Amino acid sequence: MPKDSGIGVASKRREDFRFLTGRGKYTDDVALQGQLYAVMVRSEVAHGKIKKIDTEAISEMPGVRAVFTGEDFSEVGGNPAGWLINSRDGTPMREPKRPVLAHGKVRHVGDAYAAVVAETLQQAKDAAEKLAESAVIEELPAIVDMAGAISDSENRVHDEIDDNLCFDWGWIEDNREVVDKALTSSPHVTTLQLVNNRLVPNAVEPRSSIGEYDPGTGEYKLTTTSQNPHLTRLLICAFVLGIPEHKLTVVAPDVGGGFGSKIYHYGEEALVLAAARKLGRPVRWTADRSESFLSDAHGRDHLTTIEVGSTMDGEILAIRTSTLANVGAYLSNFSTVTPTFLHGTLMAGPYKVPHVYVNLKAVFTNTAPVDAYRGAGRPEATYSLERAIDKLSRELNLDPIEVRKKNLLTPDQFPYTSPVGLIYDIGNYQNTLDKAIELADLKNFESRVKKSKSNGKLRGLGLSTWIEACGIAPSNLVGQLGARVGLYDAATVRVSATGTIQVMTGAHSHGQGHETAFAQLVASKLGVAEDAVEIVHGDTSKIPFGMGSYGSRSLAVCGSAMDRAVDKIIEKGKKIAAHMLEADEIDITFENGNFTVNGTDKSKSFGEVAFSAYVPHNYPLETLEPGLEETAFYDPNNFTYPAGAYLCEVEVDPDTGKVTICSFTCADDFGNVINPMIVDGQVHGGVAQGIGQALTEQTVYNEEGQLLTASYMDYTMPRADDLPFLKVDHSCQTPCTHNPLGVKGCGEAGAIGSPPAVVNAVVDALNRGGHAVTHIDMPLSPHRVWQAMQG
Amino acid sequence: MYNFDFTRPSTIKEAVAAIGAGGQALSGGQTLIPTMKARLAMPETLVSLTGIQEMKGICTNDAGQICIGAATTHAEVAHEVAKSYPALSDLAGHIGDPAVRNRGTIGGSLANNDPSACYPSAVLGSGAIVKTNSREIAADDFFQGMFTTALEEGEIITEVKFPVPQKANYQKFVQPASRFALVGVFVAKFADGVRVAVTGASGEGVFRWTEAEVALSKDFSAATLDGMAAPSADGMISDLHGTGAYRAHLVKVMTARAVVAA
Ligand SMILES: Cc1cc2nc3c(=O)[nH]c(=O)nc-3n(C[C@H](O)[C@H](O)[C@H](O)COP(=O)(O)OP(=O)(O)OC[C@H]3O[C@@H](n4cnc5c(N)ncnc54)[C@H](O)[C@@H]3O)c2cc1C
Repeated sequence: MPKDSGIGVASKRREDFRFLTGRGKYTDDVALQGQLYAVMVRSEVAHGKIKKIDTEAISEMPGVRAVFTGEDFSEVGGNPAGWLINSRDGTPMREPKRPVLAHGKVRHVGDAYAAVVAETLQQAKDAAEKLAESAVIEELPAIVDMAGAISDSENRVHDEIDDNLCFDWGWIEDNREVVDKALTSSPHVTTLQLVNNRLVPNAVEPRSSIGEYDPGTGEYKLTTTSQNPHLTRLLICAFVLGIPEHKLTVVAPDVGGGFGSKIYHYGEEALVLAAARKLGRPVRWTADRSESFLSDAHGRDHLTTIEVGSTMDGEILAIRTSTLANVGAYLSNFSTVTPTFLHGTLMAGPYKVPHVYVNLKAVFTNTAPVDAYRGAGRPEATYSLERAIDKLSRELNLDPIEVRKKNLLTPDQFPYTSPVGLIYDIGNYQNTLDKAIELADLKNFESRVKKSKSNGKLRGLGLSTWIEACGIAPSNLVGQLGARVGLYDAATVRVSATGTIQVMTGAHSHGQGHETAFAQLVASKLGVAEDAVEIVHGDTSKIPFGMGSYGSRSLAVCGSAMDRAVDKIIEKGKKIAAHMLEADEIDITFENGNFTVNGTDKSKSFGEVAFSAYVPHNYPLETLEPGLEETAFYDPNNFTYPAGAYLCEVEVDPDTGKVTICSFTCADDFGNVINPMIVDGQVHGGVAQGIGQALTEQTVYNEEGQLLTASYMDYTMPRADDLPFLKVDHSCQTPCTHNPLGVKGCGEAGAIGSPPAVVNAVVDALNRGGHAVTHIDMPLSPHRVWQAMQG
Repeated sequence: MYNFDFTRPSTIKEAVAAIGAGGQALSGGQTLIPTMKARLAMPETLVSLTGIQEMKGICTNDAGQICIGAATTHAEVAHEVAKSYPALSDLAGHIGDPAVRNRGTIGGSLANNDPSACYPSAVLGSGAIVKTNSREIAADDFFQGMFTTALEEGEIITEVKFPVPQKANYQKFVQPASRFALVGVFVAKFADGVRVAVTGASGEGVFRWTEAEVALSKDFSAATLDGMAAPSADGMISDLHGTGAYRAHLVKVMTARAVVAA
């Protein structure tokens, strides 16, 4: 009999009822008495000196209540990078101040240098337009190209940084020479230069923030589109505005997607708080889509050369990469860790490679800040590696599947310390590869190639075997590596007198279905109905603490904290039950929602125990406090290591270059799975984004630093009809060894594993069709593929 | 968006008067409204054409031409001419998305003459006649380059009359982001010859590929095109989504496909 609730069951997402019936409550839905509207005045040039902003010119315009410029925030702090990276020579990274509003200079198109607050949105827009017209900004040469930026000491994004270089990082620097030698002595070396294209996150809900200030109590409230409300509070209080942390509440209500872009604190959040304080009225701001394109933190944007040394039969001996990573005009909160510790440490992939060295230079340019985007660093590593291995296989005339099999770590090799500093606890990469091959019906591939050919199409197959590191931790390690925060999480489990349960979690759900999956977790452990459990997230006034949701950490880290808190509840429940049952605590067993005296039929239900905790008439008051509420903080002792194998089959139309994905197969190992339907959905979404990166999405700044792809007229989001029906499997499970749930995380997998599988497939199709193409940079638009075919 | 006044006349005459007094025509608003929202247009008065019955609907006249009122939506055209002019129906049915098709109109599309729009190729490819409040304009004279038409100041399109070819087909290779035509080719075979109209490709807007017309008029088969060169890439649009050479190549590919599908 299939179970209908609990762990491993595809419970319907309870949050979907409100989302699908229009009852979701997003930041912009919050309407407040006396609210004012803020509009940001954004730079139209990529780089310029602010000569004059005539705030007087608009102060008399209808409805205008305040105008802010960079000057108004010159006394407060800046928005910091969350991670300090040291260069190869030991010097710390260069970290320019990131002000609330641009001051002195504007540094990218869309850089906000002023804000207007008015009674209505139209009035604020009218005044903002007028202000922009009267502002005098002396245009400076735009710095757009990364290679150009670091060789140009004349033009500087930040005047104090002479070569536009944030840092020059080597990982692991001590291994550099050994890796050089290993490459020199390798019988074969494959070299590949590739672009990891810049992406605009495009969450369906644009960023939005509302600031409130109560002069009576001195309390502030920020309602905002955040994946990470506690971090936002910490940054605003400790670094930017100096508000005492207990005086600021940050609420992130329903949030319509983030993909990384809403992890970070943005200037608009500080602006609405400062404006609310000044005006004593709520101040709200919501980005329009154009502002989102210009001012959300973008993703990826790497330029990489990878070299892979191997034997002639494809055994990998050494890997060396050298990368330029664009950080844009300012350091966004995770912009320094993403291209380094989330990228360099993954460069060995799921393979047994003796020698790996990664060099990465982070470069300032006059473009929007670049930060973590679904996958964050790991897609970049996976793409470089999986493309290079494919090229290597082709050069050596070897089957790319066999080359991977030859190099994959085997189950007996775990725990495995990689040459780039990670300890993989467990995995079975052969299993997922075999599973993908089986599900993709590879044995009939050649007949499909023939069939495509008879229709005038070129068919190809692409594989990627990928690994990622999720649930970034532990705090003491990340601290040594430069993190300025800890990476644990917290949960409170509050049982009411009637036995219903509220769980306060530091994770934030913005589409992931936490309210359902976490309820399954807690309900099954306490043996109560799922609908007796409510998940509370996104409000710093209700939740002890949290580090938010990103990096596929929510279940592995926040879920583990929850599990620990539930353990404490059970422990206390046993004490209460022992008293009620007049037994010894060690003789009490908790199972299926009942506390039972071992070997007897004497038992109390969870509900009875909860009731007793709040109505303690018959209760061990001398030794135990009443109430049933527990909090746990959980700091994992390692990352988790999801892994998998993705197979993609494409058809290329040789007349137009158009690529059609015929099938896409994912065999993933996420460890234990709580809700398989939600996991399927996460993989679907991730793969859709990965296919978007591989085939359609392209962010282009021209030489003047103007964003040419600043709307959906030119920026191509993947659409339903670009995608095949996905075959998704997660039956290969090697439970994580170090967290109590045995889970690994699934949120980013799809976006990590899929781009190389798609590109490998297209290159394969072209080669099968007689075109000796070695590489095409993403996105593989029809035009690019056609051009590659022209030779 | 800036403030504006709004009128919704019920006759062509009233509309022309209101436009003559400084108003701007608003039909489906699928081009004009987004432009206004982005504050790139600031008409003082909008004159809606959607309340004018004589500008709506589809009929066949005595000459056998399909007459489409200028304020008829893409969705209506797609539905109504499915049997009488399938190629035109198919073109209209693939403009934008359902929302765009339920609001956007043939008159608005032609007046706008976006170089990537679909309708201009059908109008030019069919040798249709654009009727305005004051005259009739042959398709060959109507389109005068990117976003430019023969319309005079204050003149509005009221109807479009399509001769129905023996065979026709529209092939649209979409610009991946906007899904307008990166290259769209409308091929129509009439008793007295073949017309091939190309949209999306040229910086001058929709044009006729006369070499292909001559060849196809002699032999209406894709094979005829095999030996032919693609049209010159000079003057073709080059942008993020494709070079002029790519567009020129696609013109030939799409023409051949249209011939096969016609
Ligand atoms: C998301 C989206 C996708 C689209 N995709 C496509 C596509 O794939 N292919 C395609 O061809 N088009 C596409 N369009 C454009 C769409 O077809 C528009 O509807 C059309 O171009 C304009 O028609 P309208 O009725 O909306 O005109 P409006 O926006 O109302 O007006 C456009 C212009 O024409 C003028 N005008 C309107 N009617 C008349 C008239 N009768 N006489 C004189 N002047 C007039 C107006 O004053 C204005 O200047 C798309 C639009 C959108 C928003």
